Amino acid sequence: MLTETLPVANAPDALPATRPIELTINGKKRQFRLAPWTTLLDALREYANLTGTKKGCDHGQCGACTVLIDGKRVNACLTLAVMHEDHTITTIEGLADSATGQFHPLQQAFIDHDAFQCGYCTPGQICSAVGMLNEGKVENKADQIRELMSGNLCRCGAYPHIVDAIQEVMNKDR
Amino acid sequence: MIGKPISRVDGPEKVTGQAKYAAEFNVPDLTYGVVVSSTITKGTITRIDTSKALALDGVLEVFTHKNRPKTAWFDMSYKDQDSPPGSPFRPLHNDQVKYNGQPIALVVAETFEVARYAATLVEIDYDPEPCETDLLKHLHEARDPKSGVANLFKPLPPKPRGDSAAAYANAPVSMSARYIHGMQHHNPMEMFATTVEYGRNGHLTIYDKTQGATNSQLYVTQAFNLSFDQVRVISPYVGGGFGSGLRPQYQLFLAVMAARALERSVRVSLTRQQMWSFGHRPATVQNIRLAANADGTLAAVEHEAIAETSQFEDYTETVVNWTGKLYDCANSTLSYKVKSLDMYSPLDMRAPGGVTGVHAIECAIDELAYNAGIDPLDFRFKNYSEKDWTEKDKPFSSKELRACFTQGAERFGWSNRTPEPRSMRRGHTLIGWGMATGIWDANQVPARAEAVLTVNGKLRVSSATADIGTGTYTIMTQIAAELLGMPLENVIFRLGDTDMPLAPIQGGSWTAATVGSAVKVTCEALAKKLFKLARKMPGSPLASADFTDVFFANSHIRLRRDPSVAVPLQAIVDQNGGRAISETGTSLPNMLKQKDYSRSAHAAAFVEVEVDEDFGTVVVTRAVSAVAAGRILNPKTARSQIIGGMVWGISSALQEESVMDHRYGRYMNQNLAEYHIPVCADVRDLDVIFVEEVDDIVNPLGVKGVGEVGLVAMPAAIANAVFHATGKRIHDLPIQLDRLL
Repeated sequence: MLTETLPVANAPDALPATRPIELTINGKKRQFRLAPWTTLLDALREYANLTGTKKGCDHGQCGACTVLIDGKRVNACLTLAVMHEDHTITTIEGLADSATGQFHPLQQAFIDHDAFQCGYCTPGQICSAVGMLNEGKVENKADQIRELMSGNLCRCGAYPHIVDAIQEVMNKDR
Repeated sequence: MIGKPISRVDGPEKVTGQAKYAAEFNVPDLTYGVVVSSTITKGTITRIDTSKALALDGVLEVFTHKNRPKTAWFDMSYKDQDSPPGSPFRPLHNDQVKYNGQPIALVVAETFEVARYAATLVEIDYDPEPCETDLLKHLHEARDPKSGVANLFKPLPPKPRGDSAAAYANAPVSMSARYIHGMQHHNPMEMFATTVEYGRNGHLTIYDKTQGATNSQLYVTQAFNLSFDQVRVISPYVGGGFGSGLRPQYQLFLAVMAARALERSVRVSLTRQQMWSFGHRPATVQNIRLAANADGTLAAVEHEAIAETSQFEDYTETVVNWTGKLYDCANSTLSYKVKSLDMYSPLDMRAPGGVTGVHAIECAIDELAYNAGIDPLDFRFKNYSEKDWTEKDKPFSSKELRACFTQGAERFGWSNRTPEPRSMRRGHTLIGWGMATGIWDANQVPARAEAVLTVNGKLRVSSATADIGTGTYTIMTQIAAELLGMPLENVIFRLGDTDMPLAPIQGGSWTAATVGSAVKVTCEALAKKLFKLARKMPGSPLASADFTDVFFANSHIRLRRDPSVAVPLQAIVDQNGGRAISETGTSLPNMLKQKDYSRSAHAAAFVEVEVDEDFGTVVVTRAVSAVAAGRILNPKTARSQIIGGMVWGISSALQEESVMDHRYGRYMNQNLAEYHIPVCADVRDLDVIFVEEVDDIVNPLGVKGVGEVGLVAMPAAIANAVFHATGKRIHDLPIQLDRLL
């Protein structure tokens, strides 16, 4: 006989209550009622209906959920929504120019270079690339870009075109 | 339009996050299901206590084998378009555990957070039995597989010919080796998920991750005894498939079961760990013996493969036949056997069997070429097959593999290679150059499509096929635009909906040929219909013209001899009372034409590796794939598919493997940190050449699919490059540092 041991020792009889929180997402303040252990990723996808941010592993191993928090790239699955009431969150839905609808240069470059196939890792790749450029550590060298973009898996294998797209945007910025 | 490198028409949706995948249809009043997986591999569930989970606020139900609703009785009802012979797995069927990670309960709650937590509170007792999962321990028990419909496209080996044993014994040059690769899991970036929208009168709208909406619909209607009009499956975007979506996976069954029982909409998403709880590329052991005459021509070929399957289905793949297609040797013995183990049935994974068998034979050919003192490329020219003995000596419908060899070698710089192993260095690192051949089927199957000239004079074409990242949306738009002479922006192609005309599962690299042909015949039929209407218009300038006298361009039907004489398509709609004009069509493969030919796409891969012997690390610094795949519909998306295949080749050769602890039958690396696939830094300079190839036999478009052929040659080319760099023949994959040091 083999008995499954409970992963959560001393499980509570009742769960902590949901609570109201306010998040600033893509320039808009939005109110939610969330369980305190709701990840930012699930808050975006299931409560804010912003499904552009993808769940690829829920463990911080694939980068599909990369969003920008105050301009820095963060895996939204590894952080809780309640921790970000004072921050500015930008998702793939917020990258294009909100007034004109003009794509972010990286979005256009990804299309032009065919830097994706199934498209599932793409929002994370683009947000990660925006974050990488914000970090300002990368010169326009392919090997550096490859290294600094290695937190975002692409199972379709679009990597060479992702690097081309980022390099083109960096060249234009000069 | 056909043949132009246009950007993906679905690009804007994908770069803005608007493309919706199965778990992203946030229908009203949605509930969430979380799957509890078995922690033993084989045995009996003796107790399931769901009381703690059910006591939580927000938990609606916990489904187990004890309380599940009744579903269909016969095995037949659980078969799908890609079922191997056997008895398909049924989720929550009874108290028996057949494999590790088997779904044994589904917890449904009002929120995902509560469902996930509640799933941890389900208590389970098992009575475990010993399990057998290690293929290497059971090779002597391998047997012939049961054959079935699946073998239509995945043929089993032909009978031996000649006397390979005698020829091997008498030949002056020979080699023999055993090749092993472990299990691999598809791991598309999107986890499997199904959102079931429970509608009026129990109608189900199902958003499913699948490579065939019609396959999911068929499965649901049969398993739950529903009619087709009660079940609509929608799948506009698929976050990668690679074969994993060729069969309906268990989250579909569980989500439908729960939605019907609760009369609520339900979403079930698997976790990344649970992506190891259904099909995989089976571990396979191959033995090869080759012999050559003094002039370097092949004298004997023996290629044997033994692969694992489950206890309930005989999954097979074509592993050894490729050897016969590539090398027309008079003394050849090819064999393929399987062994049932306590695991889930394997499942087609990108170039199933091809990447396995071609790795082994192309490494073996390299070794034999070295033993004969002949350049590996020259050896392949010398032993180039002009017919396919595995298919009764049929000629190839087209085979521009020579051009792949020549152009690939030229681009790569193969002539600068020094043949001796360990003869090329870059500072401290050893450099190796290797090459190999690739081959994949060029099949076509029946499909249907609909084409509509809308009231706005736009063209809307649809077929219930899929686009798993392959570019289906884009190439079908191109074909339709070309045939009706319309600008791309006025053509929309839709797919992934069972309300659309029937299309098969997207697999086997056949979609471009299959759905492309359906779009072609349908658009041609619509063109004829439009022409007839145009001719009948009052005062029509085309009144006396025949169909052969006109062509379609710039949204007009124009007279060939004077293109200024034209009827705008919009005018035809107006004349039709402002009503849309539609046509549906079916394309069937022309068996009469195809049956006398062996039909394949070919490729040659040339690879450079850098090996650091101190660390046992291998880096593919550059690679060239030259591909002969008939007409290339879109060089931009086709190039991406080949590059993707090459990345898979790097992964297969150097990185990925699902490692099992056979004492427990449990995977040890079921997550993306420990199951290694290439990251951006692992992929350097990859180049693709499409060689000119004309084929008017394969299908009306002359196209061969490119989703798989780019992968097939790569693992052997890399292993051969590693030999050239180090002098070590590493026969087993992946070539990780422990195998190289």
